[in-house]
Amino acid sequence: MIDLKGYGPELAQGAVVTVELALLSLLLALFLGLTGAAAKLSASRVARTVATVYTTIVRGVPDLVMMLLLYYGGQVMVNNLSDWLYEQYQIDWFFQFDPFISGILTIGLIFGAYMAETFRGAFLAVETGQIEAARAYGFTQWHTFRRVMVPQMMRHALPGIGNNWQVLLKTTALVSIIGLTDMVRVAEEAAKAERSPFLFFIPVAAVYLALTAVSELFIKWLNRRANVGVVQGEG
Amino acid sequence: MPEFITAWLDRNEIFTAMTLLEYWQGLVNTVQLVFLSLVIGLVVAIPLAILRNSPRWWVSGPVWIYTYLFRGTPLLIQLYIIYYGLAQIPGIQDTFWWNIFREPFYPALLAFTLNTAAYTTEIFRGAIAATPQGEIEAAKAYGMSWFLRLYRIVLPSAARRAVQAYSNEVIFMLHASAIASVVTIVDLTGAARNIYSRFYAPFDAFVAVALIYMALTFLLVFAFRKLENHLLKHQRPAGG
Repeated sequence: MIDLKGYGPELAQGAVVTVELALLSLLLALFLGLTGAAAKLSASRVARTVATVYTTIVRGVPDLVMMLLLYYGGQVMVNNLSDWLYEQYQIDWFFQFDPFISGILTIGLIFGAYMAETFRGAFLAVETGQIEAARAYGFTQWHTFRRVMVPQMMRHALPGIGNNWQVLLKTTALVSIIGLTDMVRVAEEAAKAERSPFLFFIPVAAVYLALTAVSELFIKWLNRRANVGVVQGEG
Repeated sequence: MPEFITAWLDRNEIFTAMTLLEYWQGLVNTVQLVFLSLVIGLVVAIPLAILRNSPRWWVSGPVWIYTYLFRGTPLLIQLYIIYYGLAQIPGIQDTFWWNIFREPFYPALLAFTLNTAAYTTEIFRGAIAATPQGEIEAAKAYGMSWFLRLYRIVLPSAARRAVQAYSNEVIFMLHASAIASVVTIVDLTGAARNIYSRFYAPFDAFVAVALIYMALTFLLVFAFRKLENHLLKHQRPAGG
């Protein structure tokens, strides 16, 4: 491991935090995206409205503002809830909003909205004949979803998911602002202390580049797999 | 001002004339920063996009490296490198540049400009590469020079294809500019952070600023829809 004036191990730990944060946020985003897409395509007017409000707010507000609101506001809300629970029911409950959880929640919420759009488009791209055929075979709604919709929609959704992932990965840098000791935070503190910004920020930038490059290869591989059996180049 | 607004303003302790003025200052700083970086970024990106489409690798290669580096790393890192790094350049503190880059506004402007120029270059590269061959052949048949072809045929046609992706980039830039507050610039987010720490009122401070950002975003969306309608007028069905 490169020593970097003794900050090397700390930076490496920070990089692990960054990757963990990104993967957990992705998981939440995928879940919210599927839910959001289902809501947008559902027959219920209420579900459609809620999903539209959600995606509209996310697209209008900067990620950093949302993160600050969730981190500082979330704690105030939990404190109030905790006081209320104690006064009303004598329940001693408390929850500390740390930067890591706030980061996952915010990034998951933001990219959930983008994923919802991706999944919505992908679901619409599945031929209705396929769904009708599944129903005709007596598939339940869940089975139709699991066995017919998802495998065919993935091929359309993957490029969008890939793009969102690449942006998400870079968004994780923002969590250093609310105090998470990811690699950006470590580099910033080291750069200030040692007065040599290039020495610390350039390796961090290189790690981000490496992560995006590896992701690109992985997404390409996934794409190839999802498109197995599709005749390419047909007009 | 309508009476119910003044009545509401009288009752609350946070949104006094002082804090409203702070938000206004923040708005001015945000708009300046975003507008300037977008305009300079666009001016830089168009020639770079033309170079990027060059068949010669030693022309397109360096531009590719530039866009790859700036699109592959977070804007926050770029901002830190420029903000902390400029002061470390040997001798800069003795030149007149130091008077400019001592203010946090200009390092931030430089970082934002370089970042948006990289994304815009790629948007325009795609749009230029997608120019129908027939249009270029027709222009050649008319005896147009390379420059005239570019100016009259390729660029206007590319602009039409690029406008939708570019509008996303503009909104992305507006939202990304919120990180200017970490290098002590009092932009909209910076104002909200100051007001939050003064009153310890996260909801009031951040919801207010979120609403301002939303208003700005929808204003931009509306303006770009108008622009798209204008640029793509010829594609509308007849009589519509």
